[in-house]
Amino acid sequence: MSSINYAEKIPNNVNLSEDRKLQRALESWQPHYIDWWKEMGPEGTSTSEVYLRTAISAEPDGWAQFGHVKMEDYRWGIFLAPPEKDRKVNFGAHKGEDAWQEVPGEYRAMLRRLITVQGDTEPASVEQQRLLGKCCPSLYDLRNLFQVNVEEGRHLWAMVYLLHAHFGKDGREEAEEMLQRRSGDEDKPRILGAFNEKTADWLAFFMFTFITDRDGKYQLCALAESGFDPLSRSCRFMLTEEAHHMFVGESGVGRIIERACQVMKENRTDDVRKFGVIDLPTIQRYLNFHYSVTSDLYGAEVSTNAATSYNMGLKGRFEETKIGDDHQLENTTYSVLHPVNGGFQAIEVPALNALNERLRLDWAEDVAKGVERWNKIIAKYGIDFRLTLPHLAFNRAIGHFSDIAVDPSGKVISTEEFARRRDEWLPSQSDLAYVQSLMGGAVTQPGKFANWIAPPARGINNQAVDFDYVRFA
Amino acid sequence: MINFQTSPESYRHWKLSFDGSVATLTMDVDPVSTLAPGYELKMNSYDLGVDIELYDAVQRLRFEHPEVRAVVMASANPKIFCAGANIKMLGVSSHGHKVNFCKFTNETRNSIEDATENSRQTYLCAVSGTAAGGGYELALATDYIMMVDDGNTAVSLPEVPLLAVLPGTGGLTRVVDKRKVRRDLADIFCSIEEGVKGKRAVEWRLVDEVVPSSKFKAAVAEKAAQLAAGSDRPTTEKGVTLTPVARVIDTDKVSYPHIDIVFDRETRAANITIKGPKAACPEGLAAIKALGVDFYPLALARELDDAILHLRANEITVATWVFRTQGASDLVMGYDAALQKFGASDWLVREILLYWKRTMKRLDVTSRTLFALVEPGSCFAGFVAEILFAADRSFMLDGTFENNPAPEATIRLSALNFDGLPMGNGISRLATRFLGEPDSVTKARDAIGQDLDAAAAARFGLVTGTPDDIDWDDEIRLMIEERAAFSPDSLTGMEANLRFAGPETMETKIFGRLTAWQNWIFQRPNAVGDGGALKLYGTGKRAAYNQERV
Repeated sequence: MSSINYAEKIPNNVNLSEDRKLQRALESWQPHYIDWWKEMGPEGTSTSEVYLRTAISAEPDGWAQFGHVKMEDYRWGIFLAPPEKDRKVNFGAHKGEDAWQEVPGEYRAMLRRLITVQGDTEPASVEQQRLLGKCCPSLYDLRNLFQVNVEEGRHLWAMVYLLHAHFGKDGREEAEEMLQRRSGDEDKPRILGAFNEKTADWLAFFMFTFITDRDGKYQLCALAESGFDPLSRSCRFMLTEEAHHMFVGESGVGRIIERACQVMKENRTDDVRKFGVIDLPTIQRYLNFHYSVTSDLYGAEVSTNAATSYNMGLKGRFEETKIGDDHQLENTTYSVLHPVNGGFQAIEVPALNALNERLRLDWAEDVAKGVERWNKIIAKYGIDFRLTLPHLAFNRAIGHFSDIAVDPSGKVISTEEFARRRDEWLPSQSDLAYVQSLMGGAVTQPGKFANWIAPPARGINNQAVDFDYVRFA
Repeated sequence: MINFQTSPESYRHWKLSFDGSVATLTMDVDPVSTLAPGYELKMNSYDLGVDIELYDAVQRLRFEHPEVRAVVMASANPKIFCAGANIKMLGVSSHGHKVNFCKFTNETRNSIEDATENSRQTYLCAVSGTAAGGGYELALATDYIMMVDDGNTAVSLPEVPLLAVLPGTGGLTRVVDKRKVRRDLADIFCSIEEGVKGKRAVEWRLVDEVVPSSKFKAAVAEKAAQLAAGSDRPTTEKGVTLTPVARVIDTDKVSYPHIDIVFDRETRAANITIKGPKAACPEGLAAIKALGVDFYPLALARELDDAILHLRANEITVATWVFRTQGASDLVMGYDAALQKFGASDWLVREILLYWKRTMKRLDVTSRTLFALVEPGSCFAGFVAEILFAADRSFMLDGTFENNPAPEATIRLSALNFDGLPMGNGISRLATRFLGEPDSVTKARDAIGQDLDAAAAARFGLVTGTPDDIDWDDEIRLMIEERAAFSPDSLTGMEANLRFAGPETMETKIFGRLTAWQNWIFQRPNAVGDGGALKLYGTGKRAAYNQERV
């Protein structure tokens, strides 16, 4: 007798109620997941009712069901995008062969690693953000935070489903370990560096969802191209949710900028801190930090793993099938910026080895567009200030720029100079303390907003801005 | 030319630090300081240059630091302990270089084990960050492996799945033979790229202990202190500084203070003459220690060690090494007596004996024909006579040369020829020589200290032949010319098989089985062909294997 009513408790389109293998795996994993959520999910929310979007099917009318839900009753589902008829492997050595519905034995290790690394990031960001509810600037924002959190939870489920369904005992162990690791924990850190950083305030949260979740988007896009069809379908469905996270980030930072500009204009001053608002230079420093730390997530500029996973047909490029080349890249090169003699030089490397860099540049271009939209807000107020993205070599810990010190403009400097001037470019202790000082008690009156952030233009799912997005029990 | 001599102030890849009785040997490979062009040593991967430094460090720890009782092997890279031999380097290296490289790295790993076992300088490995392939093999050479338990750090031997070669630096052998990992688990371990981490690594006996990151440093320090406490090494003695070995390299000659090497390019032979001591062994330990590196047995070991390495790496077409000695057996026996007298009680003399043992082992596994010629004026006595017993064939002049006043040659045995200088098979060269006639060992033992002339040496079976002066030149010439005509490969195989009669040990398995298979695989298209895994590694392209099982 199963203890879980699957169809009811876990909305899915993977035939869960018929699949004994999956059931066995979830029987033990699901309670551990709930324990993890209680321990590491948003602090103090067990009884709140939140206006959440729940996916109950992969059909257009099913993936966005809105309603007030108790957080602990949220139904995390398992969904794959609908199958594409006769789908093929679209790149690499197996190009033109039928896409795999089962894991090819020889690629098992590589696939498992790709899925594990992607899966590990999902609970990590929930852990990073678990205290933010206590200082939310509005109910609208609190609801968005929780929406992001439950969806990260669902994305973990999506990856765990793949591990459970296709990787046997090893997969079950990996899934279990994802619940054991903890963001920022010295002994059980999350796999990737950026996911062990603190997200201590809402500006960091918005930057994270704008920049780091965008890395998530690009990684998911690359995995959505996979010749391993269940991974591809899983990621395609996740992408529909990831878009909202980036919207939360971009509009969140935009509203903080808007508020800063309002105060600058009203008071004819750049010194907005005395009015309890975050100044533009601090926002720039946050941007520098999150951009450089997230850059590292793409891995080394010239990478064997990237070449291998592409050639195996496991991880493609962004919008692989829209690119007009042979999709095998055996004899093509790609120009990659290298540090050379105190400067930079573009060096042609085999295109297969440059795939991390290529994905990083796709992402960087996308981030830049968002930054331009922020600059439009500033320009609208007639303020002479532009937010800029730092040079890709700035503040890097991974790849071939990690050995050199570079200022945001891309000038190579000494490590001493970098250390001396660090606080000009990255959030200083006093910046962090100042922003933290604004994170007072939670603003929980519908329609009210903290002083340092402007209200959004519109609410969620056509609801008003002053709608009671979260109801406290 | 590859130079095997270095010293800590010129290390590019290792850092030595000392804290009382514990030393830390930290791997911090400089990617651009490579021995040859065409690759970068990323992620603490190594080439022969890195290992030359490691060998130097291991030697200095033994001789220069009597106070060091435990050595922690660690990595300066927080993400990776060591990624093993650099794959690109293997890809661009000749077959010969790969073989030489593996032999040297194996000898270095063995010397680490020897330090633990016999110098009472116990090595422990602090694996913080993944130890892959040769990285794990380094760890395997230590006595105790501690690994960070962070859900990520693993030990692995990914050679088979990733590169189509073997973990050839003792990896396979040590996993089943030293760590006694169950063979089916070892089979799984050696076929998974990502290796094994955490508790499972302990359960499978791949590591001894896993420790959370936050407690790792303290746990390593505690374990090192515990291992140090069990050592008999002195705490207040001064070490012997290993000053550079003097040598002059000319086109057809290499000279050391006690060794002359003259090449006969025609017959591709190296005439290696070992010179006996110039003065009598000083009385007492203090006088020996005052001599330091100039104490004859140590000086000779260092020169011969360097000579072997130099000839192996830089004189690869020289097929035959012809050993002679020149000097007074009486003087040699004086030093031999001192080695025996203080070898068991004094750290330094013990160290020198161990070094001579290892140097003789280097000779044993050298892929060159070894001949020894016992001529008038020679001093094949005691520990120096081991060279004679390491030779594939040895000839002793019966009588004297005409027009040469030098007295008739003799051989003198000492207890060291029976105990204290074992081969890799764990028994003495004489016991190996007389495997089918144990009586001969007993008889030879009874002759310890006697001057054995050609007739006696022949009777005891200690030499191959005893031509007189009329036949001598021709016999020797024919033998060397004949040798030069054979296939170098078949000679290597033949000699390696005939030298190691007797018991199997982990060492003989490493050199005789693992290395031989590795060297075969290194020649196969599946590894090194244009479509082979070693050649394609890093490009992302898949190797296309020839599927025939051979």
